[in-house]
Amino acid sequence: MAYLSVLVLLPLAAVAWKSTGEGWDTFWASVSAPDAVAALKLTLVMSLLVVAVNAVFGTLLAWVLVRDQFIGKGLVNSIVDLPFALPTIVAGLVLVLLYGPQSPIGIDVAYQRAGILLALMFETLPFVVRSVQPVLLELDREMEEAAASLGARQTTVFRRIIFPNLLPALLSGGGLAFAKAIGEFGSISIISGNVPFDTQVASILIYGRIESDNPEGAAAIAIVLLGISLAVLLLISLAHRWGTKHDV
Amino acid sequence: MKIPKVLVVFLGVVALATAGCGGSSSAAGGKQVKLDLVAYSTPAEAYADLIKAFNDTTAGADVSFSESYGSSGDQSRAVEAGQHADFVHFALEPDVTREVDAGIVGANWQSGPTKGVIAKSITVFVVRKGNPKDIKTWDDLVKPGVDVVNANPFTSGGARWNVMAAYGAQIEQGKSPADATQYLYDLYKHISVQDDSARDSLATFTGGKGDVLLAYENEAILAKDAGEDIEYVIPPQTISIETVGAVTKNAKEPAAQDFLDFLLSKQGQQIFADHGYRPVMDGVTSANYDFPTPDTLFTIADLGGWSKVKDEFFDDQKGIMAKVEQSIGVNPAA
Repeated sequence: MAYLSVLVLLPLAAVAWKSTGEGWDTFWASVSAPDAVAALKLTLVMSLLVVAVNAVFGTLLAWVLVRDQFIGKGLVNSIVDLPFALPTIVAGLVLVLLYGPQSPIGIDVAYQRAGILLALMFETLPFVVRSVQPVLLELDREMEEAAASLGARQTTVFRRIIFPNLLPALLSGGGLAFAKAIGEFGSISIISGNVPFDTQVASILIYGRIESDNPEGAAAIAIVLLGISLAVLLLISLAHRWGTKHDV
Repeated sequence: MKIPKVLVVFLGVVALATAGCGGSSSAAGGKQVKLDLVAYSTPAEAYADLIKAFNDTTAGADVSFSESYGSSGDQSRAVEAGQHADFVHFALEPDVTREVDAGIVGANWQSGPTKGVIAKSITVFVVRKGNPKDIKTWDDLVKPGVDVVNANPFTSGGARWNVMAAYGAQIEQGKSPADATQYLYDLYKHISVQDDSARDSLATFTGGKGDVLLAYENEAILAKDAGEDIEYVIPPQTISIETVGAVTKNAKEPAAQDFLDFLLSKQGQQIFADHGYRPVMDGVTSANYDFPTPDTLFTIADLGGWSKVKDEFFDDQKGIMAKVEQSIGVNPAA
């Protein structure tokens, strides 16, 4: 508990303290400024989209890694984690080079919202894969076979057996991905174009507030981000608890 | 695939920054005094040569350095928060003023012969090779179909210099402050990318985005020397960029002052000039660059000085640039 306090709670409390350092009016003015509202909205929408996309494709990828056998599977399995290892700023650069104005394959999504999406998808991919994978590994295949032998179609098997088992892992992976996405800075600062009201996300707006000698404003926006993350993570853990109690 | 140059330059910057974060890259042992140098990122290469030359002087023979480079604002806040520095060098005067307010740098830091200015540059237009869009004047930037790249003025000191260059150029052409402000509104309609630092903007531009990049002359020189397919145009009216530095109050003396004196000596300025910076004194020429004089060169003091300009233009709520940024946000389509 002390460990958690020193590492997490104290710094968060300090941010909260700083954000209200000039009173609630200033706090409200900071977070309701038009550029702040626009950046927060964009950040939220992008992060939710990314979670949705990665929930689908992350699960597919995990499925392939667990259920299919192919040459080089071990290698692919290790590659999944690379987005964590790569400095985010380098990730942004590489994405711009591949999918920017000089794209060798003719795809240009840099400096627009699609670019933000791409960077976030890249950065958050491992979360869903890594939380779903172990559950899939331990999933009792006899359950599926039993259902199939009783005449259940494949979709029914997935809906009634596989999906409910995966859901908790999917939720926690998605929650982590969401939390990472709304705070992402490095790769987005390179690929987004960073135009206020269009492609500027909250983390970069916060940086702008700090550079403009407005640390209170920066802290206020950070608190909103933290609040949203906390709410999402809490909701997920509630859903999880509800799920285990009611055994869907 | 034409990738490597930008990537290499950038990885170099990342590596430098990381080394800087580590905090120490001290020179050979056996030296008597060690100075902590905290500076913004672009003069890192120049300092490598400057320190070598300083070590060859009598005053500098016994001095070793621990160098730290990063974005000007970040570095300034780090020193304010307690990172030790004997000598600081920042891109913008307010970053030194912050140390004065914190009691780290003496209030008289501008009493020297150059008023605290360590090295100079100007804002230039970086264009594609052959200048296909024929960019020569500030008016050319706001012509239909011209895509301009400038970093975000709320995160980048370099971008602030460029904004003031654009504004001041209008004033120098006889426009009223209101009309000059209108020019900023027009200009920002042409800016589609606002990276968070000047170096990122350069990478964006060399990566193929935009027709014109607003940049420090020394950065343009650096990129051109690195073999990028660019050239640069000196605008008819532009601002004299003054990067500033100071010895801190509790610096190790006389080494710190000796180092500052060396930077401002003819030899020191020669090294800066060889790295693309304009010298702070007459009579220093570079073998590599001729530093053509713009038709009209103005300073930030002509526009009221940084303390006034900072509030008037760069306040994140009430500043002119906050309003300009809002005005371009009317089309939030994805």
